[in-house]
Amino acid sequence: MRPPFPLALEAAAVRAAGALSRFAGRGGGTTLPGKLLWKLDPGAIDRLAGRLRDGSVLVSATNGKTTTTAMVAEILRPFVRVAHNSSGANLVSGIASTLLHSTGADLGLFEVDEAALPEVARRVHPKALLLGNLFRDQLDRYGELELVAARWRDAVAELPGALLVLNGDDPQVGDLARLHGKALIFGVDDPRRARPALQHAADSKYCLRCGTPYDYAAAYVGHLGDYRCPNCGHARPPLEIAAREIELHGLDGASFRLDTPGGSVGIDLALPGLYNVYNAVGAAALALALATPLAEVKAGLERFSAAFGRFERIGVGDRRVLMLLIKNPAGANEAVRTLVEGAPPKVALVALNDAIADGRDVSWIWDVDFEPLLPCLDRLVATGSRAAELALRFAYAGLPRERIDVVPSLEAALDRGLELTPAGGELTVLPTYTAMLALRRVVASRGHVKDYWEPAA
Amino acid sequence: MRIRVGHLYPDYLNIYADRGNIAVLAERARARGHELEVRAIGMGDGVPAGEIDLFYVGGGQDREQALVAHDLTAKTEALREAVEADVAFLAVCGGYQLLGRFYRDVSGQDQPGVGLLPLETIAGERRMIGDVLLECGWAGQTLAGFENHAGRTLLDAGAEPLGRVVAGFGNDGSSREEGCRYRRCYGTYLHGPLLPRNPWFADRLLAEALAHADGAGEVSKLAPLEDTLEREAHAVSAARARARGGR
Repeated sequence: MRPPFPLALEAAAVRAAGALSRFAGRGGGTTLPGKLLWKLDPGAIDRLAGRLRDGSVLVSATNGKTTTTAMVAEILRPFVRVAHNSSGANLVSGIASTLLHSTGADLGLFEVDEAALPEVARRVHPKALLLGNLFRDQLDRYGELELVAARWRDAVAELPGALLVLNGDDPQVGDLARLHGKALIFGVDDPRRARPALQHAADSKYCLRCGTPYDYAAAYVGHLGDYRCPNCGHARPPLEIAAREIELHGLDGASFRLDTPGGSVGIDLALPGLYNVYNAVGAAALALALATPLAEVKAGLERFSAAFGRFERIGVGDRRVLMLLIKNPAGANEAVRTLVEGAPPKVALVALNDAIADGRDVSWIWDVDFEPLLPCLDRLVATGSRAAELALRFAYAGLPRERIDVVPSLEAALDRGLELTPAGGELTVLPTYTAMLALRRVVASRGHVKDYWEPAA
Repeated sequence: MRIRVGHLYPDYLNIYADRGNIAVLAERARARGHELEVRAIGMGDGVPAGEIDLFYVGGGQDREQALVAHDLTAKTEALREAVEADVAFLAVCGGYQLLGRFYRDVSGQDQPGVGLLPLETIAGERRMIGDVLLECGWAGQTLAGFENHAGRTLLDAGAEPLGRVVAGFGNDGSSREEGCRYRRCYGTYLHGPLLPRNPWFADRLLAEALAHADGAGEVSKLAPLEDTLEREAHAVSAARARARGGR
């Protein structure tokens, strides 16, 4: 069917709607234009993507997709004009909005919500897909892990020509290579950095083929690691791109050796934690698959500082706020581990909201290992729409109730947290997604940080 | 007194923060001068008959649930004896389904249950997901929680539900009933932090477990605790259910 309006006219109209949304103070206007376009003419997204000279690549994962995608964007920035949904609007509508605003871009680089991956893939026909990991996450929204994995298998089956860049350390993700001829496998290989045991919330503990518990030579983050089934032999595939000789420098960063078929190179990351090493090695694998020289991969990763709200230090008057997003057990466990190995906070503000984007079901906080924070924690400010629930989590972990402030209002809680932080000190903030957006808005309204729809300097 | 908890399949059925429920039982027992001893009862393990005062079985994803279903049937007799001897038992979500006679999945295949509770479960197309509020007339209390299940659970005629659904889906989305109770055995779809925000229910289970532990069989009331946070969490959760449960 012929579209009712020429594409350029539609695009101009819906871009104007986005500007209007921002003007009216209704948020960043990052998804509204895309939603409108979707309503007006669903096929327009396919055609906009089709105009990208170098095609599109997609990045999906339960954890780390925003950071990984931002790392790839940083690596490619000197060479390619990229259309990138950097604010994390990762549903079809967000990607449509990005396409609308990226006239002149040559390559589409999109992070995609795990559940939206099949739909997005069908529309933009990516030439490569980076798939990072699958953890239990917002079961009220995504359904069970196996369901998301099945959707990914279907999406991959529909893209016989695309290159898969897969995290071999995740049994469910690595196994996709079996369905597909073209796959590049990456992972982490440094048993010194392994956890002594699988964490409480580990997900894919049982062999995909036969159900026997995997033996782990090394478990790195959740169930990611070097696994082997003692019964049927299903094991981690050989790594083509690997991070080895990893050194973690507390909250100040991490370094590792990146081994590739074309040689090895040392990488100094400004981001902390083993989970960011995973993000970096994934980003490197995708960039290399796009024929980026190894030296440029190194340079891009080392230039990279932080993705929006994931790990940010923001000055607020004479104090600083250190913000680490938490959204599911695996991710929150890594945030906790990074803090404990860096500088365990005396005062922490933890914000639990239960909007759709956070997950309406807040059960997951009981699967997070917050306990390692307790020995150093003098004071907890519990905030967000489920502040009392969160306070209970810490109370039953053993934090005395008189050391917990329950302040449901995010703004009041931030003030309380800053008040408890000595001048020159840093307040650690662990927010869920919508709480992170709201807290950033509070900080922005006081002039300390740019609003998220403003392009980064 | 020592309260002996038998936690069935903690490695497999743990998806909805079952650890939180155990932590609450442990802490509330400790606050009354009792000690909770938790034993894991896993795949292939025998059930130490007579040595358990409270059984707990949680929820899993379909894959994990299928892995344990057959193993559980080998434990049927020991568990039935325990329930008849008034041992306390809490079964949540997948664990609740496994206590019925069977679970029929979407493809029409039956997973065997142990038949301790008078019910059966048939998978439906649409998952029932959301906040729930129950009125438990038998206890003069309410329960607030969250449900996420594809199974429609049908109680036999005359079986007692855990509560009447004030807001949410409940067992099957239409009967306005949720869960099931028989003697001191309770099954429910309310998962995750059910006990932290419903401390009366945690205390009831503890009191019943204590009655078994001390051999007297009589259930006596536990000393009240300072439950301000618990009441606040309950109120928020109940308000959520009223505003958005069952849709």
